[in-house]
Amino acid sequence: MGRYLVRRLLIAIPSLVGISVVLFTVLALAPGDPFEELATNPNVPSEVRANLRKQFGLDDPIQVRYVRWFGSMMKGDWGFSFASRVDVDRLILQRLPVTIVILGSSLLLALLVALPVGVYAATRPYSVFDQIANTFAFIGFSLPTFFTGILFILIFSITLDWLPFVYRADISATGWRWFWEHFKQSIMPIAVLGLFQGASWTRYVRSAVLDVIRLDYVTTARSKGLAEPVVIVKHVVRNALIPVVTLVALQMPLVFGGAIVTEQIFRVPGIGSLLISAILANDTPVIMAVTFVFSCLVILFNLLADILYGWLDPRISYR
Amino acid sequence: MAGSTPGSLTANGAGAAPKRRARSHSPWAEAWRRFRRHRLAVAGAVILALMALAVLVGPLLYPVPINEIDFSAKLQRPSWSHPLGTDDLGQDILARMLYGGRISLAVGLAAMLIAVCVGTVIGAIAGISRGSVDAALMWLTDLFLSLPQLPLLLLIIYLFRDTLRVLVGPEVGMFVLIVVVIGGFRWMPVARLVRAQFLSLREKEFVEAARALGATTTRQVTRHILPNSLGPVIVAGTIDVAAAIIAESTLSFLGLGFPPDIPTWGRILYDAKDHLDIAPHWALFPGGAIFLAVLSINYIGDGLRDALDPRQVM
Repeated sequence: MGRYLVRRLLIAIPSLVGISVVLFTVLALAPGDPFEELATNPNVPSEVRANLRKQFGLDDPIQVRYVRWFGSMMKGDWGFSFASRVDVDRLILQRLPVTIVILGSSLLLALLVALPVGVYAATRPYSVFDQIANTFAFIGFSLPTFFTGILFILIFSITLDWLPFVYRADISATGWRWFWEHFKQSIMPIAVLGLFQGASWTRYVRSAVLDVIRLDYVTTARSKGLAEPVVIVKHVVRNALIPVVTLVALQMPLVFGGAIVTEQIFRVPGIGSLLISAILANDTPVIMAVTFVFSCLVILFNLLADILYGWLDPRISYR
Repeated sequence: MAGSTPGSLTANGAGAAPKRRARSHSPWAEAWRRFRRHRLAVAGAVILALMALAVLVGPLLYPVPINEIDFSAKLQRPSWSHPLGTDDLGQDILARMLYGGRISLAVGLAAMLIAVCVGTVIGAIAGISRGSVDAALMWLTDLFLSLPQLPLLLLIIYLFRDTLRVLVGPEVGMFVLIVVVIGGFRWMPVARLVRAQFLSLREKEFVEAARALGATTTRQVTRHILPNSLGPVIVAGTIDVAAAIIAESTLSFLGLGFPPDIPTWGRILYDAKDHLDIAPHWALFPGGAIFLAVLSINYIGDGLRDALDPRQVM
């Protein structure tokens, strides 16, 4: 297991480098120059500008600039936010926990919906339950997250007045009350994201279980006299999950997109809403850093998926 | 056996295998016959066709200007004079939706075309050449698959929008940028599908026969392999239209897509979201339109999968 982990970590490095190359290329190709303002300012003589450009290495060949940029990204030196006047890494560390909590709980919710529903639907294909579940799954992943969010606000905040629709980070209460307030304001963002994911995962789980459930080894397990729940949980689901993990890991970038939208709708102070406000404020260092963090998260989830494979299918980890 | 259960269960009576008929059918007629049996897919196709018709001829039949500001009639509920109500400037929402729907649907189609073309070319090159070219292209595909798409979309639009606006004007510039960027981030599944098809098809007897008869690689690809690998590509392309519509709406909803004078459905929703308590209809109609379009397209894709790609279970 340890060697497997190390190998997977090593495989993650090229993709991190690749993503950083793409990011840097986009930035380098983009029109505009950090010293544009100086160029139009008549009070700054051109030799000063040239010196400044030299000092910051803007005239170096692009590969040199890339290596320098990547090095400082890795060291945690992410620059200074123009808009909020703090270091970018501090800003992101402030915002990241909220995003991770919301994202993590919504993925958990999606799992709790998709796994039982998908498995139950697949054990009774074409039954009424299966039809209903499938219809809901179809509706669920055809509803864009921004529209679900608005519908939830309309129903639960405005019509029923049960839940607050603006996420507040500064809740003064303590103890249980603090927890309860946070729980209440997190319900809607988590539900929006979780149900959207759960809908598409349900379809994956159902088709994966359908693929497995008629294989001979399942019949063998049944004819051994094992109870049906044991057959389903230990023999069917474990094997069915292997392709599901692949699809879920592939979908992770999409999930982050949904997270950005959800944070924006409910004004959750996570890195997604930070990205939007940074874009609206032309705050380039923050934009670059948040995009980079999202890339790292994608790679992290791919890594998690690989580790899950190893657990689901022992043949992989000992290979 | 495992593969005998059809993938989509929304197909009514999908359990029955297509019966062999004495008369011969062309593959397309056969596909059409299978598609028709998927009732929800046909319903989706009808709804989508109606929506397309509405946005194409609607503005001609309903000649209300999209930007006529009338503060005396602001935030009105649906009524006879304004069938879908008005927004905070008193502009008619139906007129804006009919006009904006053109752009929303056009972005979906155009981005899908780009994604399918790029994906087919890359997948075909990878599938036919194998070796290091294949490995490099697949590495690129996997890399693109693990990029965080929405942040990058936002980043690219943020960096390039001003230049393009100056270059070709605000509307065309934004349209081209959004279409290219969305299409450029959606070609990977198509590339993988095409490559997989190529790898299996190029070993089939009919391709071998063509090769034995001296067909060049180009001819093998264009006449024999590519037409036979189109089924899954069409299915993936259909789903891509829905994804592109959602992507465009998301960008507009975040306020970073089209400018306010181009009221795409996402943009109307963005404008409406601060008035949910007094004018819920303003958000419900464009949101419902996006949902309906995406749902129809997804059902059409499901039906097409049954029609063109019966083996794939998803």
